[in-house]
Order: sequence, then structure tokens, then C-alpha cells
Amino acid sequence: MRKDIIEIRWHGRGGQGAITAAKIVANAAFVSGYKGVVMAPTFGTERRGAPVFTSLKISKQKIYDLSPITTPDMVVVLDHSLLEEVNVVDGLKDDGLVILNGPKPASEYSFAGARVAVADVTSCGVQAGLPPGIVNSGIIGAFSKATGLVELDLLVTAIKDEFVGKKPELNAKAAEITYENTFIGDI
Amino acid sequence: MYMIESGNVAAATGVQLARTQVIAAYPITPQTPLTEKLSEFVESGVLDAQYIPVESEHSAMAVCIAASTAGARAFTATSANGLLYMHEQLHWAVGARLPLVMCVANRGVGAPWTVWNDQQDSMSQRDVGWIQLYANDHQQIIDTTIKAFRLAQTVSIPVMVCYDGYLLSHTYMPFDKPDQEKVDAFLPPFTPRHFLDPEDPGNFNTVTLPDIRPGVDGTIEPGYMEIRHNLHQELREAIEVYQEIDREYQEQFGRGGTPLVEEYRCDDADYVAVCIGSLSYQFRDVIDLMREKGAKVGVMGIQMYRPFPDQAIVAALADRKGVIVFEKALSYGNQGPLYGDIKSALYSCEKKPALSNYILGLGGREIKTSQLIDALTEACAGQAAEDAPRWIGLKL
Repeated sequence: MRKDIIEIRWHGRGGQGAITAAKIVANAAFVSGYKGVVMAPTFGTERRGAPVFTSLKISKQKIYDLSPITTPDMVVVLDHSLLEEVNVVDGLKDDGLVILNGPKPASEYSFAGARVAVADVTSCGVQAGLPPGIVNSGIIGAFSKATGLVELDLLVTAIKDEFVGKKPELNAKAAEITYENTFIGDI
Repeated sequence: MYMIESGNVAAATGVQLARTQVIAAYPITPQTPLTEKLSEFVESGVLDAQYIPVESEHSAMAVCIAASTAGARAFTATSANGLLYMHEQLHWAVGARLPLVMCVANRGVGAPWTVWNDQQDSMSQRDVGWIQLYANDHQQIIDTTIKAFRLAQTVSIPVMVCYDGYLLSHTYMPFDKPDQEKVDAFLPPFTPRHFLDPEDPGNFNTVTLPDIRPGVDGTIEPGYMEIRHNLHQELREAIEVYQEIDREYQEQFGRGGTPLVEEYRCDDADYVAVCIGSLSYQFRDVIDLMREKGAKVGVMGIQMYRPFPDQAIVAALADRKGVIVFEKALSYGNQGPLYGDIKSALYSCEKKPALSNYILGLGGREIKTSQLIDALTEACAGQAAEDAPRWIGLKL
């Protein structure tokens, strides 16, 4: 309800790392001056591979309302195959933005009035040297390019902090490569 | 140092900073990540403590009772049916006057099974004699956990630190982790006046006769009733003790100042919503929206529920036109437990506010801001001043 809060919904599959991705963005957003950051995973009984979503709210002011996002400003989709199972744009605001990991060009995707940013995050990850299917670091590069909300260098630092002992440099590189290969479609 | 983590990790970090010596716990959703984090701390050496895995919550509390009786700083955590399974040991811990601290990640109680949030679990333990503190966000979780250890050892009464399951336990938000040296100064090592010591054997909590009697050295020993009376008196005195502890914490760490109740825009409010836990923060946006339209409303969160800070509550609510109590728990067959407590506290007021009671969010039912606006608007119009609780979001 508060207009100063930017609401971002993250769609992924259980085990794909959507929560980690949202947490990394939360950390970088906080460092860049968003004092209000609340990240709320789907509450309940998650299964590996099943569609899950995570709510991330950011604001320059402290956030008091912890309820799940119903009218997101933007949605981030870690896996284009979710489009067949989940209405990812449910409740999306009129001038909303969809950030998608998909193999096709942005013009091939259409979400009734929403802006679309597409990157082949899966391929970018492999190009960075990550095993196939690791997309939660790369998608952050697409998020930075598409939204401009948080600078890429702060996100890269947050990625390295989060992935300590888990290929931090390769995950950072995946975000950087994806940033360069994110394409924003026309409305 | 700021960190962005879950409420469970905020609690675990508070327990670590308090240099807890013994942890015994049985995992239960949504408390589980708290105990997992503590076992990581112990395994990695960040926390020099004994972590004792047990086969049930009853045993978890029994181990904490034993450890505390031997003089160790002990901690456990649980939720829902796990807390209820401890019930008999909760009575024992407080009767034995042990300075335990326990976190409760609030969850609805089965049957039927639910893993989601309400506050029926800790509310159903309100009469055991434990101190009950409630946190509204992660900063309050870590700060309250540290203060709870200080309070427990000052008054020799165990303390429950409660926070909403999932809404706080699994949500990530920023909070400041206090410096270890400052926590050490605030919460130095503690040696109880009496503890189980092989070098100095003694009997604790033996059968106590109905009447007072002379002890072996001729002095008069209290009976059961005197011991219970003293517990009650000292629990009442804990209200003032906790205010002092909070003042000291505020001086050292710059946070606090609302140990009993936390008010928001209540100064000139005609109508005050009252609730416990994160709901009182969710209400802030509701209050702002209604204020924009000219309604003179405020919200008050209860931070200390037992002992019940009735004087502070009367001072805050006595002259209002209306007091509206929103609760995630119910005294089945009667009303919301907090509603009953507030009504009782306000009985002595000359000019009694109109009172109403709403039940909401049971078993994790989503609470929409629009529903809170509707309910508060209805109550402000005098349409809900009756004893029977009204239900929000019920789909019959």
C-alpha cells in the first residue's frame, strides 16, 4: 500500500536458489541505501522442483508490513518453463517489468502490457564456467541491467560474500556476463 | 555490525552473544533453523557450549532444568505442540526458580495440523509463571534475547522470548548485531546463589509441607504457599526490574525504550488498536492510512505479556473512546486472552473505553491491510462494542 515500497516477486523452482538470489539483492540494496529490506520466502512446505516464489520489498524507509506481495512492481523468473505452470504476472502493476531467464529473444515473449527483459542466464552461467543449471547468480546481472535499482558492482560484492566457498568468482562472472547479455524488449 | 538474516538467525545470534553454555533442543517447524544455526555455532567453535540433541521437547526442558540447576546458562527453543509437550516441565522450571531462556517461534496448535503462525501456543502457557516477552522485528528478537538472559538471572524466573513463526522466523530483514565486548559487559558470567554442587551437597525442591515448619537449624522454613506467594510477588516486581534492564540496554546499545508496550501515534488517538507481535507493526501502515483520512487512531503492541503490565496499560488506554483488541489466539468458549486481561485492567477506570475484540490470522490465515482498515473503521463507528469476539477473514 505504501508507495515508497518497491515490490519484487521472484519465481523459481524449489532448490533453484530464488531465495538466495533475493537475499543477495536484499543485501546489496541495503548497502546502496535502501534501509527497508524485507525478504519473505513462500511459507510452508517446499518441494524440490516445484514452483516457489519469494517476496522482496525494498524501500528507503523501514518496512513494517510483512505480508506477501500481491501487486508486484516487477517479477523475476529464474526458469522460463515456469511460464507454462504459473501465472507469473498475477497482480503485476500496469507498468510492471518481467525479468526472465529464457532462450528466446525478448520479442518472442509477451505479457500484456508489461515490459520484458530477457537473458539466457543458463547459457551465461555455463560460459562463466558454472555447471549447467546454476542460474541464481546470473539472474542478478539481468536484474541489475533491467532495473538499474542497484549497481552491478555492489551486487557482485554481495554475490561473492554469499557464495564464500561455493565458487564465488565464477558466480560473480556469471552475473557480469548476464548483465552484458540482457535484452530489454519494447512494450 | 548490520546483517540481513532470518528471525531465527537473529535469535541464534543473540543466544551466541549471551555465551550460553548448554543448549538442548528438539527441532520443530518453524523453530528448526534456529536450532540448526546454534548447532553450527557449537560445531564451528563460535559458541563454546554443550549442544545436547534430545528425543523430545519434554526432555529438552528437562536437560535445561538440570543444566541450570548445576549453574549453567541454558537455552532451548520450540513451537506449537512442542511447547505444549514441555508444559509439565515449564511449571517445574519456574517453581525451581531457574534462570532459563527459551525462544518460541509462534505457531498454531494441532489438531488439525498447521505449521503456520498464530499465538495460541505461548498464550496457552500464560499461567505457568514464566515471563513472556514478544518481539515485533528481528532487531527486537536479538535485543530481547540478550535482555531476557539478564532478566532471568536477576529475578530467578525463566523467560520466554516469543516471535511470530514464518512472518518473523523465516523472513529476512536487516538488524544490528551488537558487539561481543559490550554484550559481555551487559551480561557478565553468572553464578546463581544456590546450585547443585558435589562439593556442597543439598536437597532442592523436596516435598514441601502445607504449613511452615522449623528447619534443621531451627529457623522457620516456608511452606508451599509461601513459596508460591513469593514467586507471584517477584514476578510482579519483574515489571520494574525489566524496565531498569531495558534502560541500561538503551544506554549501552542505543535501542529499546519500550519494554512493556510500544505505542504508535497514540498520543491524541481516540481509538487504539491493541495486539501482540508483528501484527502491531503491520498495523502502522493502517494507522497512517486512516490518519490521512482524519481518523484519530493509534496502535499499541504488548511487549511484556506476563507479568501483565496492567498499570502501563491503564495509563495508556484509560481515556480513550475505544480500545480494539486484535488477537491470534482464543480462550476457547470465552474470548481472546489479551482482551480479557485488558478488560480486567480497565475495570477500575472511571471512564471506561468501549471495548471490542477481533480474532484473526489463526493457522496462518493471511491478514490483509484492507481487512484491518475495515475492522478498525467499524470499531471506531461503535459497531463492535460487545464481548463476543468478531472474526476477520472467516470464510464460512
